[in-house]
Amino acid sequence: MTNSDSNRSTNESSVASASDTVASFEDDRTGFIKKLQHTLHLNPSLVPLVVLLLSIAVFGLLLGTRFFSPFALTLILQQVQIVGIIAAAQSLIILTAGIDLSVGATMVLSSVVMGQFTFRYGIPVPVSIFCGLLCGMLCGMISGMLVSRVKLPPFIVTLGMWQIVLATNFLYSKNETIRAQDIETHAPLLQFFGTKIELGGAVLTYGVVFMVLLAFVLAYALRHTAWGRHVYAVGDDKEAAELSGVKTGRVILSVYMLSGLICAFAGWALIGRLGSVSPTAGQLSNIESITAVVIGGISLFGGRGSILGTLYGALIVGVFTLGLRLMGADAQWTYLLIGVLIIGAVAVDQWIRRATV
Amino acid sequence: MMMTSTQSVGASKAPILQAKNLVKRFGRVTALDHCDFELYPGEILAVIGDNGAGKSTLIKAISGALIPDAGQVYLDGEQVHFSSPLDARKQGIETVYQQLAMSPALSIADNMFMGRELRKPGFMGQVLRQLDRPAMESFAREKLNELGLMTIQNIRQPVETLSGGQRQGVAVARAAAFGSRVIILDEPTAALGVKESRRVLELICEVRARGIPIVLISHNMPHVFEVADRIHVHRLGKRLCVLDPADYSMSDAVAFMTGAKEPETDTAGV
Repeated sequence: MTNSDSNRSTNESSVASASDTVASFEDDRTGFIKKLQHTLHLNPSLVPLVVLLLSIAVFGLLLGTRFFSPFALTLILQQVQIVGIIAAAQSLIILTAGIDLSVGATMVLSSVVMGQFTFRYGIPVPVSIFCGLLCGMLCGMISGMLVSRVKLPPFIVTLGMWQIVLATNFLYSKNETIRAQDIETHAPLLQFFGTKIELGGAVLTYGVVFMVLLAFVLAYALRHTAWGRHVYAVGDDKEAAELSGVKTGRVILSVYMLSGLICAFAGWALIGRLGSVSPTAGQLSNIESITAVVIGGISLFGGRGSILGTLYGALIVGVFTLGLRLMGADAQWTYLLIGVLIIGAVAVDQWIRRATV
Repeated sequence: MMMTSTQSVGASKAPILQAKNLVKRFGRVTALDHCDFELYPGEILAVIGDNGAGKSTLIKAISGALIPDAGQVYLDGEQVHFSSPLDARKQGIETVYQQLAMSPALSIADNMFMGRELRKPGFMGQVLRQLDRPAMESFAREKLNELGLMTIQNIRQPVETLSGGQRQGVAVARAAAFGSRVIILDEPTAALGVKESRRVLELICEVRARGIPIVLISHNMPHVFEVADRIHVHRLGKRLCVLDPADYSMSDAVAFMTGAKEPETDTAGV
């Protein structure tokens, strides 16, 4: 509310000073910078795309074919697949002006449920997988209910859920890892997303394909369906959305449930990536997913950004990680540069926002 | 004297929107205290009152944004129960809230259709649930044109790039496009400059000319006296009296509003 109020008051003053319509007022200032700002405002994923292409080009020049080969480039995709999927879930939540700290824990618990249901109880694998997916969605639903119905702040809700889900994960799994060989012989379906597709030197996995497809499906849903528009409206100004007739509670609940389901898929993909089911995996997923979202140009204040930006954000992190490792640099350089990128991305976001009015 | 205009309107037509005995309490504060309200077809009814008199609460109670603790709301003589603004909208009551209720980052067309989007026919719409952007955009353009708002060039531009007056224009156009029975405007000129206020007042008169009755909540006496057919004076959570702007001056209205002057006794039965 305060945001829109201050917008309006600046409008008033600018209207008073501008002689006629705002359109002509804007025309006076069409410099290159202004145009750039406007273009970025309409296409917030352009910045991460440019950064991604530039970083690929720079590492390509520095490392030559060691980096610029189908194998290395697809290796990046494999390395970011889990974070990419989780970050897609995180994007949805952040678009509604929330944040989900429990994504990593939800992913791991779901993978543990899939594994333990199969090996501890001997439940058929497809049913176990279904239960794992259900478990992820249920975690999302609890958070969603607490945020939309009880009206608790998302940060607090998911901070609590993070601890609860993680503890449940350790208690339930008894800290047992299910070994890769056992899964391979008894329940290969659990490793489905690890299945490799080789094209020349390029190596893709079903997990990578899933990540890319997921990004496109979500991009479509966000841009071309009423639900997607409502997600943006809720993140932009929840009260305004409510008054316009959007059922904001339902939208928020649906977003948290979908995000939980996506995390469960990430859990399935995690089994494919690791081969095993490990309750201690994915400890950094929370921070990595938020990093990808922020670098991808989605505003932490909600309502702005695109899911493809998040995909680019995840890939940027992957390019830096692999590129610097191939150069033999200390891994700490990667973190340092990622830190710079995060702050840079938020600065750009603020600058783009200032373009408005 | 005070009752002449109301009676002449009221005698010929039944109220299109009516509220009886509305009560709304927030904790220990009584915002609406057995408040009555009538709106007749084809008129502009101004609702005036001091800050905190309960004008906005009244409007929210009859537009579904708040659920009154007691009392009844009638639309065309039939009792209605609105549990959300959407319910009221389905019945043809559109409200333009003070805070405009728009999503700044979304386009004009998206905002106009927020909560009632059009989907493409056939497979794309039913299965893939794709929005019918061209139809929504051409409809939005047409509605803005009708109200003479085409200084706005691009229907896809985000609402935040519009001036305050243009935003208000879009909000009024949205209400006029969908409000088939009643349009409620809460302080439509409060945040606007002189020129833009004028444009919005013209818009209001254009909407009335199409036969849609309007409830106008405003602090601005010149604006109220310029466009209103009747003036509902709200004080201490209820209707104090209804004035005919032809019979009273602005200072009288302000005096009633602030309690400096009491209306004649016969107004209580309006």
